[in-house]
Amino acid sequence: MQFKSDKIVPLLILLPSLVLIGIFVYGFIGQTVYVSLTDWGQGAALAENPEINLIGFKNFGDLFSGFLNSRFRQDLVNAVFYTLFLVSGALGIGLILAILLDRGPKGESVFRTIFLYPMSLSFIVTGTIWRWLLAPRGGINRLPTMIGLPAIGFRWLNSRQSILNFNWQNLPQITAIVVGAVFLYIAYRQWRSRSKKKALLSLVPTGLLLLWALWGARFTPAILPTPEQHGFNLATIGIIITAIWQYSGYTMALYLAGLRGISEDLREAARLDGANQFQYYLNVAIPILKPMTMSAIIILAHISLKMFALIFAMTGPDNAETSHPAVLMYLTTFRANNFAKGAAIAVVLFLMVAVFIVPYLVSAYRERRA
Amino acid sequence: MLKKLDFGKLVVYSALVLFSLLYLMPIYMTVITALKHPANISLTTAWQLPGNINWGSFAEAYNTLGPNFMNSLYLAVSATIISAVIGSLNGYVFSKWKLPGNELIFTLVLFGMFIPYQIILIPLFRVLRQLGLYGGIPGLALAHIVYGIPITSLIFRNFYARIPESMIESAQMDGAGFFGIYRRIILPLSAPGFVVVVIWQFTQIWNEFLWGITLTRHSANPITVGLAQLAGGQAVSWNLPMAGSLLAAFPVLIIYILMGRYFIKGLLAGSVKG
Repeated sequence: MQFKSDKIVPLLILLPSLVLIGIFVYGFIGQTVYVSLTDWGQGAALAENPEINLIGFKNFGDLFSGFLNSRFRQDLVNAVFYTLFLVSGALGIGLILAILLDRGPKGESVFRTIFLYPMSLSFIVTGTIWRWLLAPRGGINRLPTMIGLPAIGFRWLNSRQSILNFNWQNLPQITAIVVGAVFLYIAYRQWRSRSKKKALLSLVPTGLLLLWALWGARFTPAILPTPEQHGFNLATIGIIITAIWQYSGYTMALYLAGLRGISEDLREAARLDGANQFQYYLNVAIPILKPMTMSAIIILAHISLKMFALIFAMTGPDNAETSHPAVLMYLTTFRANNFAKGAAIAVVLFLMVAVFIVPYLVSAYRERRA
Repeated sequence: MLKKLDFGKLVVYSALVLFSLLYLMPIYMTVITALKHPANISLTTAWQLPGNINWGSFAEAYNTLGPNFMNSLYLAVSATIISAVIGSLNGYVFSKWKLPGNELIFTLVLFGMFIPYQIILIPLFRVLRQLGLYGGIPGLALAHIVYGIPITSLIFRNFYARIPESMIESAQMDGAGFFGIYRRIILPLSAPGFVVVVIWQFTQIWNEFLWGITLTRHSANPITVGLAQLAGGQAVSWNLPMAGSLLAAFPVLIIYILMGRYFIKGLLAGSVKG
């Protein structure tokens, strides 16, 4: 549309890439979804022409409510906690570092280099190093002894403790309460912005969800035959710290770029309004950084929802306490040759990531078209 | 007033120094542990400088990881060069020869860089086996090239978008076609774009682990897989994994220290809207 000349040559240049993306991304996703609906992996999984039967959603049913798959459910809970802590930790520390550097200290570029170098390293390298730093009776745990305090006794990578436990059988109710709370918040926002009719409408799903969770659920069948506790395994803390150490430099770079983009006029205006530095960051700068925060959440959630190498390097693939669906997918597929179940785990991971990525790409697409 | 200002500065600098120590602490630990004799490594003296320096750990680490290091070098160099060329051409088309549905096609391509690679791993494994590429470096390079298309196209597209349309138009007036414009205008201006893409792809490919461990045989294992195996045993003496970590980190750290500015550009390009 830009130029009149024909579009054949540019199309031919682009075509190989489009075909490759079509096959390797979309075709392969389709194939994995198909495999997840089969029983591929029984018997001769690696034979030339393995016998494969379609069995519907049985693999998914097994993962979420099968007696033998409690490791998957704990892995899923771990993935949620990895994501929550990595995102909030890296955002918080990244913001602090960006504000410190925004003050224009001497040697800024040296500090920036120091905060960002972990980003250039492989998860295997950082994992190996931090495994040594987090050794139960050495490394970090001995730091307090340098100033005469007793050593820390916490077992960062192999604690057996677990907090925030819940019964997996209650998951539907917990989900309903969380979703209900979200609708309640939406209703509150709408009430505040004076659209009272919409607010009342949003209260309907809140009410229905809470009613079902608190009363109706006792009439629906349980998703597991026996109670099963899952929670936040404290052994994941060491891995979370390492991931935050590695990725807070990224959020710092993102936020610093945003802070540097704020015009001098706006800073001046805030100063004239009598805002001190603290108020400037709180009321002027941080709201402007919202798009950076959104980008960082997407990227970090994406990273922590597929976290594999870091866990592999720090606690090994066989450690169930710190495991992740990405690790279990590897074990199920490449160690146990159970391709169908491995594919089903991959599909669950993919859907979790898609929740973040698809709206992000759609809004970026709309912005570019506008 | 002056006092207050100084106090603020004091807080900023002490916070920065404290954070710096926190970020450098692992590197300090790695270096001193790598330089110790295995017999001198103990948990209680882990933070102390080595008494007598043992350079042997590096030689020993290289003896084990040398082949992996070379595998990663071949892999990263070849795949990076091909990725950069493909990305440059794609970016040129996406920014200057907008085909019908340009933005939609571009978005569909971008999606490929945000998928968790577990979702394509089984078919990828299968197709590489069918093509006879499973287990070796060429197959791994193919994977990196294909899944590198979104990010390299994105970086070059954004880079070329800043080249003014008027330059393209005047070249077109002079009778230059698709390749003429690319050679005479786009390519000479592309150097910074290539630097960003090459640094980004090289670092990503060098550091990658999931495909390395699932798609290569032992003889073609990249450095990350070699290091994971070296450090994975329970009864390791820690000087060796630490020396191995430094070896695996060395090329990317050098690139980062020398060309950090470009590395950050690649990093920020990954966030589509940024």
